[in-house]
Amino acid sequence: MKTTMASEGSPDLSIQPSTLKPSGIEILPSRVASIAEAGKPGKGVNCGKTSVAGSVSQRACVFCGSRVVLYPIADALHIVHGPIGCAAYTWDIRGAQSSGPQLFRNAFSTDLQELDVIYGGEKKLERALLELIARHSPKAAFVYGTCIVGLIGDDVNAICKSVAAATGIPVLPVASEGFKGTKKDGYKAACEAVFKLIGTGDTAGISPFSINLLGDFNIAGETWVIRDYFARMGVEVVATITGDGRIDAIRRCHGAKLNLVQCSGSMTHLAKKMQAAHGIPFKRVSFFGIEDMSAALYEVAKHFGSDELMEKARAVVRDEVGKIYPQLRAWREDLKGRKAAIYVGGAFKAFSLVRALRTLGMRTALVGTQTGDAEDYNTLREMCDPGTIVVDDSNPIELAKFCLEQDVDLFIGGVKERPIAYKLGIGFCDHNHERKECLAGFVGMLNFAREVHASVCSPVWNFVPRRSRCRSLLAGDSEANASKLAPASGLKPTEAVA
Amino acid sequence: MSSDEAFFASNPLQNAGGRSPASRLLQHNDGSCDPAFASCEPVPFDAVAERPEFPSASTNPCKLCTPLGACLAFRGIAGAVPLLHGSQGCSTYIRRYLISHFREPVDIASTNFSEDTAVFGGRKNLHVALDNIGRQYRPALIGIATTCLSETMGENMPMLIGEYGAEARDLPAAVDRPALVYVSTPSFKGTHADGFHAAVRALVETLAEAGRKSEVGGQKSEGEGRRSEIEDRKTEIPPRRVALMPNMVSPADLRHLRDLCSEWGTGVTLVPDYSETLDGPSWADFERTPAGGTTVAELRALGGAPAAIELGHVLARTEHTAGTHLKSKFHVSLHRIGLPIGVRACDEFSAAMEAATGREMPRRIALERGRLVDSYVDAHKYLAGKKAVVYGEEDLVAGLAVFLAETGVTPVLCASGGRTKHLADAIFGAAPELRGRAEVREGSDFGDIEARAAELKPDLLIGSSKGYKLARSLGIPLVRCGFPVHDRLGAQRIRLLGYAGTQELFDRIVNAVLETKQEDSEIGYAYL
Repeated sequence: MKTTMASEGSPDLSIQPSTLKPSGIEILPSRVASIAEAGKPGKGVNCGKTSVAGSVSQRACVFCGSRVVLYPIADALHIVHGPIGCAAYTWDIRGAQSSGPQLFRNAFSTDLQELDVIYGGEKKLERALLELIARHSPKAAFVYGTCIVGLIGDDVNAICKSVAAATGIPVLPVASEGFKGTKKDGYKAACEAVFKLIGTGDTAGISPFSINLLGDFNIAGETWVIRDYFARMGVEVVATITGDGRIDAIRRCHGAKLNLVQCSGSMTHLAKKMQAAHGIPFKRVSFFGIEDMSAALYEVAKHFGSDELMEKARAVVRDEVGKIYPQLRAWREDLKGRKAAIYVGGAFKAFSLVRALRTLGMRTALVGTQTGDAEDYNTLREMCDPGTIVVDDSNPIELAKFCLEQDVDLFIGGVKERPIAYKLGIGFCDHNHERKECLAGFVGMLNFAREVHASVCSPVWNFVPRRSRCRSLLAGDSEANASKLAPASGLKPTEAVA
Repeated sequence: MSSDEAFFASNPLQNAGGRSPASRLLQHNDGSCDPAFASCEPVPFDAVAERPEFPSASTNPCKLCTPLGACLAFRGIAGAVPLLHGSQGCSTYIRRYLISHFREPVDIASTNFSEDTAVFGGRKNLHVALDNIGRQYRPALIGIATTCLSETMGENMPMLIGEYGAEARDLPAAVDRPALVYVSTPSFKGTHADGFHAAVRALVETLAEAGRKSEVGGQKSEGEGRRSEIEDRKTEIPPRRVALMPNMVSPADLRHLRDLCSEWGTGVTLVPDYSETLDGPSWADFERTPAGGTTVAELRALGGAPAAIELGHVLARTEHTAGTHLKSKFHVSLHRIGLPIGVRACDEFSAAMEAATGREMPRRIALERGRLVDSYVDAHKYLAGKKAVVYGEEDLVAGLAVFLAETGVTPVLCASGGRTKHLADAIFGAAPELRGRAEVREGSDFGDIEARAAELKPDLLIGSSKGYKLARSLGIPLVRCGFPVHDRLGAQRIRLLGYAGTQELFDRIVNAVLETKQEDSEIGYAYL
């Protein structure tokens, strides 16, 4: 009954043959090599380069890479050394949650002025650090360099050293000058800063079955969900880097026996350094989607070679999947055959999303990332259905073009992609910093499905000009069409399955 | 304490009086909001004794960087694409910040500096970026703004732009040469409001011509060939259109200003006009640049405007603006008045419109004025003795403070991240009754505001959504207005201007007070 109502009620656009003409939007000649199609032979996707000037890349900069990675360390002071913008735009920017200190949610900046640029900002930085450390008593301080710090030649390292000596806490410079590379270089700089903390704490009492979680940022409480699964398996999580992060936990995390790297783009560098310095092996995993989440738990059990752990992991998966499966199946009925576009920061998340969408019966028609590498794009070309567009470092015009030509029903991205989707009458799921729904773990899959369903099956698309036109083109009869578009035919499926 | 003393005691800039001009400048540029820290909570060591004379750190800024303001202004020009000369992050951060407020596409290009660019200069990047924007967007205008990076490098922008214009470019025939407007916006100087005004001024200085008004409708200007719809619409432009520099206001306020002008029987050229480009309908077709905005031809025609009106008490005290340019170069009669919020400021706006059009106040507007005054009376006892903290861009703060003073609410703290040194004069000049009752703080931030609020115990906050954290910790309502509003729908449609816009704001303020009274009451009043 539910499915009948769904097919009557929701605007059933995607599974019709698309009659939309090609969008007529051209690709910049210098961007062509960064775009490929799954199922078609061709060269590898051109990637890993700085963005094309004037292209309107969706990427940010080195500073952004460092800032997003370190930001969730909750009991640290994060101060941006530069003019006000870089601090203002990253004030409380991520949804990263803390179970305790909230210090990280403030924006501290040296707010460099013209004379500082002329005479140097070192003294100002030193005073700022001394004042703020005295006022807030953080466990450590991170000092982010911005573009002009690289130019005016402030010796940030020396200031950090002297302030650390004066205050007795680690004061860590982050070499995140915006122009010195891409966002990926910012991840690396963040890893370097965190690495300096590791190995400085006491590892007594850490379980032989112990792990660190690298690359989950506790957006919408995801770290807590994952921690719970491992607790139920009997695996100790020593440190979460950096979601709900704490300096003391990071200092002793070299006592863990395994590193799980979830956001591989940002944290593989740290995992490799920890392997080299402390002999800790690492595994790349993902906590998004049923398949990947289950695989992560099994991987850990397998790594420790414990049947008991494996049995417990199976129990966790069984319990959790059992809880969400009936609801997922109901939503899948409404969503199957729909097409999605994915544009996210890292490729590992893209892999998970392609699989998670399949779980919902949806096809990925466009997938792109800001920071994927050649191997990542080969994987995407292999795992996606033929005809899927695969793109590196895209821009709003390209994304709009592909969304139109592929006639997608859903876009998964961040705030910058949202208006592209909405203006074109396409549903949207925020899978980025500002999401408020936990999307990791099994419960995260349910939340993801709920969000996708709520957007794709919303009645509002009935009134969006591009969708209305699409329908009238398909029907070829505007009067018959008008009746189909009456609000009465609006959303039923959600009510039916809720 | 006399009113003057109170003002001086509360103004960090004025405190510097008596020193040499050079040392004043140093202090002015050396961070923000010292007095606050002297009065904030005790810290683990003897903060007052140890504290440097001026603070070094900003805590939770009440300002944004200059390029953001420039980008916003450029988005109000038809077919315009802003281009930031600097790192990729600047454009992406600013886009994200603007998108979260307007919930509209905001494409801002970047010249995408790398380490090589920082060493060898940005000439090639700029030229490639201009080419690529041309190919992708077919713009009528590209608004080029600098950043802290390119400014610190000392990029010679006029030269680089001139070279681009002089060189033949390898571009498809469909790509016309856009108008290029450049503005210097080093992020280490001024705020986003200053960047906005600088871009408005650059648009007018670069494009306004003395030409005959009749040219406006017919002749197409360079780079505008493709924008035929807009050109067609423009043929209806009445020959004598008032130039209106509206300041950084919402799209709904821009539409309202245009409506008001039409009530007064005159056309208007808003500089800028993002009323449609940043609050547009759902697309029927892909739009390279969103429809709407002031056209390049309209900007060129500004030299022939019968009158120019520039809104903002602080802007009115700024030496060089778009308005002063029109006045000095083209002898356009210039009215510099505050943002029309509240009866007095709206009356000034009406007077300027009367002067510009030679007409008396239309009945519809007179009725709106009457209703506003009537509601002041209805609400005066609810508001009596209430204390508000207002914060944000200086002109917004001045406009709100002057308005609040009319209603019985005392703006006990008027704070801005800006440092034009005009804020106190702007407020006390327009509302002298606030002298000695309102504390004015330039160069402020939310750390500073929080410290002062602890002492001043306000009943409500009025300003951007960035005050939410403070409102929550104080347990008082926040009336959201200005920029940004990142936690509510409809930021584009918040109106403050004109009698009708003030009415909406006034109702929201009164109702915030009533709601608090109702919520806090054990009785649960059903009549208030």
